Amino acid sequence: MDLPTFLIQCLNSLQYGLLLFLVASGLTLIFGIMGVINLAHGSFYMVGAYMAYALAPVVAATFGGGFFATLAVGLVLAVLLGYVLEWAFFSFLYEREHLQQVLMTYGLILVFEELRSLIVGDDVYGVKPPDLLAGTLPLGEVMTYPVYRLFISGVCLALALGMWFVFTRTRLGMMIRAGSANREMVQSLGIDIQFLYRVVFAAGMAVAVLAGMVAAPVSSVYPGMGNQVLIICFVVVVIGGIGSIRGALLAALLIGVVDTFGKVIFPQAAGVLVYVLMALILLWKPSGLFKAG
Amino acid sequence: MTTFLSPKLAFVLACLAALAVYPLAAGSYGVDLVTKIMVYAIFALSLELLVGSTGLVCFGHAAFFGIGAYAAVLGSPEADAASLAVLLPLAVGAAALYALFMGALSLRTQGVYFIMVTLAFAQMAYYIVHDTPLGGGTDGIYLNVKPVLGSWLDLSGSGAIYYFTLACLVAVFGFLGLLLRSRFGRALAGIKANEQRMRATGFATYPYKLAAFVVSGAIAGLAGFLFAVKDGYVNPEMMAWHLSGAVLIMIILGGLGHLRGALIGAFVFALLQEFFKSEAVFGGFAKHWHLGLGLTIIASVALLPRGLVGLPAQWRQRLVGRPSAQRAAPGAAFDEEAGDGR
Repeated sequence: MDLPTFLIQCLNSLQYGLLLFLVASGLTLIFGIMGVINLAHGSFYMVGAYMAYALAPVVAATFGGGFFATLAVGLVLAVLLGYVLEWAFFSFLYEREHLQQVLMTYGLILVFEELRSLIVGDDVYGVKPPDLLAGTLPLGEVMTYPVYRLFISGVCLALALGMWFVFTRTRLGMMIRAGSANREMVQSLGIDIQFLYRVVFAAGMAVAVLAGMVAAPVSSVYPGMGNQVLIICFVVVVIGGIGSIRGALLAALLIGVVDTFGKVIFPQAAGVLVYVLMALILLWKPSGLFKAG
Repeated sequence: MTTFLSPKLAFVLACLAALAVYPLAAGSYGVDLVTKIMVYAIFALSLELLVGSTGLVCFGHAAFFGIGAYAAVLGSPEADAASLAVLLPLAVGAAALYALFMGALSLRTQGVYFIMVTLAFAQMAYYIVHDTPLGGGTDGIYLNVKPVLGSWLDLSGSGAIYYFTLACLVAVFGFLGLLLRSRFGRALAGIKANEQRMRATGFATYPYKLAAFVVSGAIAGLAGFLFAVKDGYVNPEMMAWHLSGAVLIMIILGGLGHLRGALIGAFVFALLQEFFKSEAVFGGFAKHWHLGLGLTIIASVALLPRGLVGLPAQWRQRLVGRPSAQRAAPGAAFDEEAGDGR
């Protein structure tokens, strides 16, 4: 492997890892704070990707269009949808067993997948990156790297920083962290925990939808894309330690590197490498790299 | 334990009797469908031993199913019938061996981490058959000649495989029923209720859990073996996580902590699938059968906190207005988490 190829693979693994982080961070938040195993999280990612495809013409007709306007509209819709979903399907699940939540969210996956098929159809679609970011950067003498992939990494990094700031530096973050530690205590201090959970859920969903939307131009949009992401995100969450944002970031980057370089160096064994990594890490540290906190 | 023929046992016996006479009334499609469902029921029972009775949520159970199936096909000669007496133990043994390996390592972790490690080991098995020529890659392989047992049992007919599967189902159900009543089974129930306390009482819980894991894997291997013999074909999708998820859904839907739950769950899940897929009922909409299935599952979570098995108790409670007195089913694990009034 020569230097430019190596560099490109590094950038690819960084971009893939950061994207995984974006999806997984919502999963780890919802799990760590609300204690809900949300299998439907992959569907949120899919919803995002399909929004990037299906909303673009609608937004173009009403607001004059543009990729960023679509992103903004999609985000608003995602927050609203997350808020409603939490109210309708999750608010009565917190005191039930985890496995009941698994059953419920499995049902949601099926529903989302079929609604997608009814509304948009089963074809594979491409989404064009915005003109502003459609160019490429030269890398070495012959290789180039698409600007849009750098943009994805940038968005993910900005969000990671934003989340870190909200969690550690704001009052809202403090309440959320307190709520994950002791639900009853926070409630008796006069904080509306129900509302707090709804906010966390809506935020987690919005982040997954955003990830789907920014990923759509790179990965294209196809049925079943959510399930593929879901399992790998669970791997990220578990390796990083459930509920830990920092752990999710590290684990996502690690998996990005292992998967991307695995596909180049051992193409026959690429699929299995990630799982071998997870098994090894969990046998070494049975509760992930970082304990939640 | 109540009288010998409790309502629950009577229910199970009635179901099995109905299954025994079913082929007399049904066409070949029905027989094939019910054979498939019975295989799933055996598979669900094996997982119930882990999830419902021991409290270990395994999300990689399809690996054992697939290994049993692949062992059945790879262990058969190319153009000759294999002996059932060799092939069946081979398939079950192969699954048990992988369960021993997977269990020994993954039982070091707990809770959600355990769920994910079992998934990881199952995915490893999946990618090994998916990406190597060993099992025909993504295309899968065919079982050309069905196994026989001497001259008096030939599993090539649909009737023969139906009754053989039914016999296996009865044997597995009976075996697990006895196992859960034994000292070993009570220890598993204790581990589910409070592992720490079991350890404090002087039980080394790890060997118990490992033994349960291996037994469960072996039974899942049996189910896989039956599936391969029934269809005469195996492919890597039999090890995919979708199947691990589906079987988990079956036992949760049926109701955890009861062997009956696994039986009911497997039948209801498979029949719901058939119902929503049927074009006779839904016409062109039948291709969107996931929607109906998904909505039914969501409704069942909302309305049936204890699964289908808990339904009679729920009704009784509604009629009488108080929690039913007789809650713990014979042979069922402790039912503390699924308490009333929540």
